[in-house]
Amino acid sequence: MKKKNLFQRISSSFSSFFRSIRNGFTGFVNRFVLGDIKTKLSYVIMGFGCLARKQIGRGLLFLGSEVIFILYMITNGVFYLSKLPTLGTTTQGEVWNPELQIYEITQGDNSMLLLLFGVATICIIIGFFILYIWNTKMAYEMQLLEEKGKPLPTFKQDIKDLGNKNFHITVLSLPIALTFAFTILPLIFMILMAFTNFDKNHQPPGNLFTWVGFRNFSEVLISNPMWQQTFIQLLIWTLVWAFFATFLNYVLGMILAIIINKKGVHFKKMWRTIFIITIAIPQFVSLMLMSKILADQGALNNLMVTLGWITDGERIKFLTDGNIAKIVVIVVNLWVGIPYTMLITSGILMNIPQDLYEASKLDGASPIQQFMHITLPYMLHVTTPYLITQFVGNINNFNVIYLLTGGDPKSLNLCQAGETDLLVTWLYKLTVNEQNYALASTIGIIIFVLLATISLLTYNKSNAVQEEDTFA
Amino acid sequence: MTNMKTKNAIVNTICHVGLTILAVIWLIPIAWLLMHSFRETPTGAFPSALIPETWTFDNYIKLFTDTQLFNYPRWFMNTLVVAIASCIVTTILVLLTAYAFSRLRFKARKPLMNVILILGMFPAFMSMVAIYHLLKAIGLSQSLFSLVLVYSGGAAMNYYIAKGFFDTIPRSIDEAAMLDGATKNQVFWKITLPMSKPIVIYTIMQAFISPWVDFIFVSVIMKDNYQKYTIALGLYQMITRENIQQYFTQFCAGAVIVAIPITILFIIMQKYYVSGITAGGAKG
Repeated sequence: MKKKNLFQRISSSFSSFFRSIRNGFTGFVNRFVLGDIKTKLSYVIMGFGCLARKQIGRGLLFLGSEVIFILYMITNGVFYLSKLPTLGTTTQGEVWNPELQIYEITQGDNSMLLLLFGVATICIIIGFFILYIWNTKMAYEMQLLEEKGKPLPTFKQDIKDLGNKNFHITVLSLPIALTFAFTILPLIFMILMAFTNFDKNHQPPGNLFTWVGFRNFSEVLISNPMWQQTFIQLLIWTLVWAFFATFLNYVLGMILAIIINKKGVHFKKMWRTIFIITIAIPQFVSLMLMSKILADQGALNNLMVTLGWITDGERIKFLTDGNIAKIVVIVVNLWVGIPYTMLITSGILMNIPQDLYEASKLDGASPIQQFMHITLPYMLHVTTPYLITQFVGNINNFNVIYLLTGGDPKSLNLCQAGETDLLVTWLYKLTVNEQNYALASTIGIIIFVLLATISLLTYNKSNAVQEEDTFA
Repeated sequence: MTNMKTKNAIVNTICHVGLTILAVIWLIPIAWLLMHSFRETPTGAFPSALIPETWTFDNYIKLFTDTQLFNYPRWFMNTLVVAIASCIVTTILVLLTAYAFSRLRFKARKPLMNVILILGMFPAFMSMVAIYHLLKAIGLSQSLFSLVLVYSGGAAMNYYIAKGFFDTIPRSIDEAAMLDGATKNQVFWKITLPMSKPIVIYTIMQAFISPWVDFIFVSVIMKDNYQKYTIALGLYQMITRENIQQYFTQFCAGAVIVAIPITILFIIMQKYYVSGITAGGAKG
């Protein structure tokens, strides 16, 4: 079988998506045409087919969900949907109340809640639609079973199936529901926010915000020089950081593991435990501590002054000079990350076939050559997924930067960001300090596109490697 | 031959010396933390002496008695409650999801796994603001319950490692049991779970530890509600610019108290951690 490349795969998955929509639609119509009166009525009254065929449990569930859905739409749903295109029109205002002699606040529209509930309503509609299609399918299936004279599954049987044939439904419904509520719904909400002008000057409930289309994206990428410059500078630093943080940790951690595993090195367990202790200390503790040790007035500078290595005026700006700070965060991240890599790679290193080393030794290979030509290729081959996750994790590595430097030193060339800020800490500052949600969401989406592209390309490549030549 | 031997001896010595230097570098900050948690406060945040001149237990005692500004015991209890609750929910969710993706075959399996992969590429923080407003809309913001929901709500997405572990259990065992008439439900509880002790322990510990070390989510959810802070956020307040001079040693003491149980837990679970990651992560 010829392996498809990435773009062929993407286009084929798109076409199969549209094909399945078309099939679904024709199936929907066909079932109606071929259905008997019970099935046809199910298209209007959900669960009718089941009820008419004495499947009371199923029928009541379908009917109940239809009733609840209609009630919700009448009481709330239609209202929120109608507000979605404008996100509210009445601003909160103050009206003079002559009787009480005070200004009263009149309730305006709250754009944020309108958007939030609007999104929720659309999700509910989609969910209901799926249920509705399922209902028509089931009605038709039952009709076919009835025509063949086969017994229809009882409600008891349905419940039993949940423990066996349909166990995946039982098992996954709770995780999916929670993931939906706490990940997907908020994400959709935030993605939509990138297309609004929700910033400091458009804060609900006092003010309204509204749709602005792709303006935020075009400003970040093209038209707003301040944002554009900040974005590009932080993007470059984020990539540089992620590269060094991932690969330096990886290689140095592996070398540490090799040294500890080396024949002739004693107290292996003690060495390992010493390094593991540092992983076990909560990261926020060690990082906050480091930031205080390395501060201008911090312990390390104090110590060097006392020892007479530097004078009081020459304190080293570990965290307050842009370029030094960038190096320092990478070095401190080594302190945090090397033991972790050591822990992970130790086990895998022992799996490398020993005869490879022995053979190369006979050919006169030096330890460095062995590392470059045997260990590294083998490890890269086995741990590509781990490396990708690490790289993605480092692009989003909030803790190290935020707790160590807080993104500082600040720079006048950057908009609300400091020199060591990553895109993700900039995003944090934009939301928490600046309340510029629109810009923050835009950045978030750009980070996503970046990560998705990197992972897709590398995953694709690593799959190809695995299939085409298996190592050793 | 003797040449070879001396060469080996030299290399080994270099290795040992190197390891010792590295070990010292890695241990200094921790030793420093420990020493300063026993230091008397009046000398300011950072005295120039490496080793404190006077030693005292005051910092630890004050943490639990002087609760006017920083209510450490309260934060500790908050964190403990949240950690236990979210640990239970998270473990259940992660194991169920991992089992479904590893063992059950159904139409939506691949698409769901892809969706989760894609969701994971959004910065986790991005959805926090929306979650905050969502919780506010249903009247749950700034409560410990909401924190549990936030920690365990997205937990199912971290199913990889457990799935990797389940994948290593031979399927033939399941099939044999099902031939004998066991349902999938029974297979999960009576066969898969008992065989997966390492990954169950790993999942439980991981879920228990994360509320102790999380910092971002609490700060968004709790805002300025001091009484509901967890340890991490509380300790962070102690070393802000205004407080650091007076409270740095107490911060050290507080950090030591949190770090000890977590370190012990981590050293115990290290074995499972490695087997979990190497089984689940390296295969992809």
